[in-house]
Amino acid sequence: MIAADISYRAVRVWQRNRDVFRHIWKPEVTWPLFEPLIVLFGLGLGLGKFVELSNGQEYIQFITPGLIAAFPMWATIGESGWGSYSRMETQKTYDAMVATPVSIDDVIAGEVLWAATKSLIAAFYILATALLLTPFYDLVQSPLVVFVLPMSLFAGLMFASMGLLATSFVRSVSQLAYFVSIVILPMFWVGGVFFPLDQLSEGVRTASWFMPLRHVASIQRALVTGDVGVEQAVDVAWIAVVTLVLFYAALWSMRRRLIK
Amino acid sequence: MLREPLIEARGLTKRFGSLTAVDAIDFEVVRGECFGFLGPNGAGKTSTIRMICCVSPRDAGELRVLGMDPAEHPREIKARLGVVPQEDNLDTDLTVVENLLAYARYFDIRRDVARVRAVEALQTLNLTEKTNEQIYNLSGGMKRRLTVARALVSNPELLILDEPTTGLDPQARQLFWGKLRQLKRDGMTMLLTTHYMEEAAVLCDRVMIMDESRIIARGTPAELIARFIGGEVVEVHLDYARREEGLAVARRAGEGYDVEETEDVVFVYNRDGHNVADFDVDAVTPVAAEVVRRRATLEDVFLRLTGRDLIE
Repeated sequence: MIAADISYRAVRVWQRNRDVFRHIWKPEVTWPLFEPLIVLFGLGLGLGKFVELSNGQEYIQFITPGLIAAFPMWATIGESGWGSYSRMETQKTYDAMVATPVSIDDVIAGEVLWAATKSLIAAFYILATALLLTPFYDLVQSPLVVFVLPMSLFAGLMFASMGLLATSFVRSVSQLAYFVSIVILPMFWVGGVFFPLDQLSEGVRTASWFMPLRHVASIQRALVTGDVGVEQAVDVAWIAVVTLVLFYAALWSMRRRLIK
Repeated sequence: MLREPLIEARGLTKRFGSLTAVDAIDFEVVRGECFGFLGPNGAGKTSTIRMICCVSPRDAGELRVLGMDPAEHPREIKARLGVVPQEDNLDTDLTVVENLLAYARYFDIRRDVARVRAVEALQTLNLTEKTNEQIYNLSGGMKRRLTVARALVSNPELLILDEPTTGLDPQARQLFWGKLRQLKRDGMTMLLTTHYMEEAAVLCDRVMIMDESRIIARGTPAELIARFIGGEVVEVHLDYARREEGLAVARRAGEGYDVEETEDVVFVYNRDGHNVADFDVDAVTPVAAEVVRRRATLEDVFLRLTGRDLIE
């Protein structure tokens, strides 16, 4: 394992991004706030009328934790993809930061922390909405829901490392579309967010085990319903290992790109 | 005067694959001076600066910045450097003063101290009125000055400026130079890269000229002019309608001198025993568009040493 030169100064990088977010928060919150709401009502109530689940859940109850898993992923990928690329190449923010006692590794760690924070923020909107709607649709059924936000931050670290790894390879911002189409979109649609995976063929179910989002959705679903088991412990371990691998890969690849 | 070196390079080398960008160069920058790196694009100036700033590892040779090795103590060195990069990299979503505060935070400067320093730095660079302005409302010259103000909030011992005035209009450039001279009077040590020879002549105590990864000349601007050009230069501007005739006369008059020909100008320089002061201007005047005798500048030195051909 490579020795990472990470210090508390990673927090300085996070603070810089937070300061910028304070200025531009209005347009920044709009999309992550509105899209899950539209999906929740559109699919949950609209499509939900025609869906009957084998476990007896209403469809809107089924997709709520799925959305809590999936949309924060988009927020984090947006930040560690488009946001980080713009700071690295367009605004040259990385260059400004590494001219100070901040190291390249601090920058990468700070960027991952910040993109993960975007996951937390996005999850907060959806969870708040779900809690508000719970008296009407019984969306949240367990006090374990208090672990939903920490879980979003944890999953955010994984997706942020993944996004930054992709960003370290692209030569223009539009090339991020390859990563999103090949890696993110399949997870989003077939990662256990919109329909249960257990009625799918054995092959597809096995394949889905390698999708990070599937494990996040599994945990968030368990926390919202209270149906926590061994499977979720495996999910947490899976995410921890993959996060570590992806973070070091991002660190290595960013160094390769930036240190010349 | 005690010449305390802040930067010492011996055999400093940088390679990119098979290309040697900086080829075993030696130089020293001492406390209190303004030292200029001159050279055409691709000469190795920025690669050298990046090694000094601890963002690019060297491939060979010795380098000590503020007495430390950049490979071993990058954070300690960077904490004492002020860097003004070639490209503006201000935080465009933050205001002027917020840019300085966010930057000071990278150096662990306490918020109240940072506020005082930000006010001072903005005052020094004539930006006080812009304290709460958005970055996109600043002109190019103001952005450059703000970048210097930002480099000052950490009270650096050494200010490094990489092509600081590229793209500025003459007024903005003059104002900028005035500010740098003020910093120099206050004792700031500066290392500057530029390809504006006037800038080097106006600001630098000592310069070194780089070309093709090596140092080809060094000294004070006046020494370099005296050594490579002498006091004056004659320019024979050819009349295009009778170019051949003018060229022939200029060549004859220039015998014994150092002569350099371009498409439409013949430059005449001193050579041993032949002083441009004695050049027969009257002989060429009738067949040329214009003949100019002028004082030699650092630009003449630069062009003589690095050639007039465009290097791309």
